[in-house]
Amino acid sequence: MAAGGVRQGFFTAGHVAVLVAFSVLLAFPFYWMLITTFKGTSDLYDITNNPFIFNAPPTLEHLRLLFGETMYLRWVGNTALAGALVVAITLLLALPAAYALARLTGQWGQRLGIAIFLTYLVPPTLLFIPLSRVIALLGLQDTIWSVVVVYPSFTIPFSTWLLMGFFKSIPRELEDAAMVDGLTRFGAFVKLVIPISVSGILTVVIFAFTLVTQEFVYALTFIAPEAHQMVGVGVPTFLVRGDVYYWGSLMAACLITSLPIALVYNLFLDRFIAGFTVGAVK
Amino acid sequence: MNPAEQRAERRGGASAAPTGGEKPRARGPGGRWLGAAMFLPAILYVVAIIGIPFLLAFLYAVGDVRVGSVGYHFVGLQNFKSVLQSPAFRRSLTNSVIFTVGSQALVIVGAFTLALALRDKFRGRGVVRFLVMLPWVAPVSLGAIGWKWILDSLYSVINWVLVAMHLFRPFDAPQWLGRPTLAMLSVILVHTWHVLPFSTVILLAGLTAIPRDIPEAAAVDGAGFWRTLVHITIPMMRPILNVALLFGIIFTFTDMTVVYILTRGGPYDTTQVVPSLAFFTGILGGDLAEGAAISLFLVPILVVVAYLMLRVAHRAEVT
Repeated sequence: MAAGGVRQGFFTAGHVAVLVAFSVLLAFPFYWMLITTFKGTSDLYDITNNPFIFNAPPTLEHLRLLFGETMYLRWVGNTALAGALVVAITLLLALPAAYALARLTGQWGQRLGIAIFLTYLVPPTLLFIPLSRVIALLGLQDTIWSVVVVYPSFTIPFSTWLLMGFFKSIPRELEDAAMVDGLTRFGAFVKLVIPISVSGILTVVIFAFTLVTQEFVYALTFIAPEAHQMVGVGVPTFLVRGDVYYWGSLMAACLITSLPIALVYNLFLDRFIAGFTVGAVK
Repeated sequence: MNPAEQRAERRGGASAAPTGGEKPRARGPGGRWLGAAMFLPAILYVVAIIGIPFLLAFLYAVGDVRVGSVGYHFVGLQNFKSVLQSPAFRRSLTNSVIFTVGSQALVIVGAFTLALALRDKFRGRGVVRFLVMLPWVAPVSLGAIGWKWILDSLYSVINWVLVAMHLFRPFDAPQWLGRPTLAMLSVILVHTWHVLPFSTVILLAGLTAIPRDIPEAAAVDGAGFWRTLVHITIPMMRPILNVALLFGIIFTFTDMTVVYILTRGGPYDTTQVVPSLAFFTGILGGDLAEGAAISLFLVPILVVVAYLMLRVAHRAEVT
């Protein structure tokens, strides 16, 4: 079995090489954001310096600029508020819709479910031009209300789809028993199904919230003033003055915004993916 | 869905009894109305926000609306004609195809490799998974601006390495975002970087669903890594590969974030793609009619992908 042993060793080395190569390539920009955040300005902009090491002592000047002299925190606040409102609208509409699809619409449920899932595929770049007019007509332009109204159009379809799968996994007998005990169907949904679906609901909350933080095109289209930006547009737009990029503060903002989102999203990743596989995996 | 439930569903579909066939207790008296009442608010909201602008897009595209103008005149297919004749649009269509095909080819090969490497449990798998997921879970506009710094014309770290290795002389290193071919390569690579983790987890879900005993039996029969891969793993992964590819195509063909942040479509429109051209024409240029006409060229792609997606979903339901 010498040959087999050699082959085993070869594939293990190959395995490690693949993992290291992908980790380095995919995570490098975030490492680079970290390095840039703490580098002094003169160190950053000297091309004779080795960029991988600190040629001058690390500094907090970029963080001070970011938090003290830009509207970064305001953008984070705007995004958090918009995210909370979008999550509320999404839950209010998607929870009953998903339950109806899972339990009450019979054979139509599956088809309607797929139909509503497909609307998730409609991209912002198809609708942004007419939507910008609708938003202007409604008087929502340049406020976060524009995105609060529009974002549920893509958080509801996917959340409904996720929750539908979740509700289907709850045994029907539970609700049947509750209804025998005198609850109405809707009563059983509110008092029984929702409380035992907390983990599914939490998944949707995280999913909808992270989508709000990640969206770029609608926010760029609807909101112009600096004070009302969402963080994903404000950072790349307003930390640049004319042609001058404040790279230190820019990278700090990218890193500080991305990491918490990435950490939370990562916890729920498998559940989102289960929604995306559209039944092609069982 | 478990097999029993599926059989019930199919029989219910075949008999198509108006009362709902197999599952009377699923409804109960008034269940149908309750179902509609619980379902309608969501559907109405989504239709209002997606359906109305979609119809408006068609209306704009056959009219002469501009920002600030009042009144509407029907101009037929005039806008489509002028869009099709414009060199900028043709260029952006070609660019979109190159952008999509290029990045999706890289994504599928890369994601499949990475998914295979992540399939089996090993120490530190969670950390590796977190690192390789970062490009997808972090906001894409922020990741792209990170790359803009890495590809900077003067302070690019890549160029510093190339100069340090004496492959280029200082001040003569590649202008990643300033030369047409390199700029296209850059936006393709950065978009690949963004989408690859997503496809990886989808494929990983497919890989873990393959029963362990099948590749093991192949190994006992003497099939090596590559033979098992080509004759067993890849054929069994077909449906899930399709899903990953279809989502990847949608996320790439209709996206403008990476292009907008890195190059604004430049230099000289050489990285302009269809969605970013629609943005510059319709939103920044104020020509709503032409902008809408340009975005509507995304519809055929969406329809084809949606149709293929339905076929994948349908086949998964039947088998």
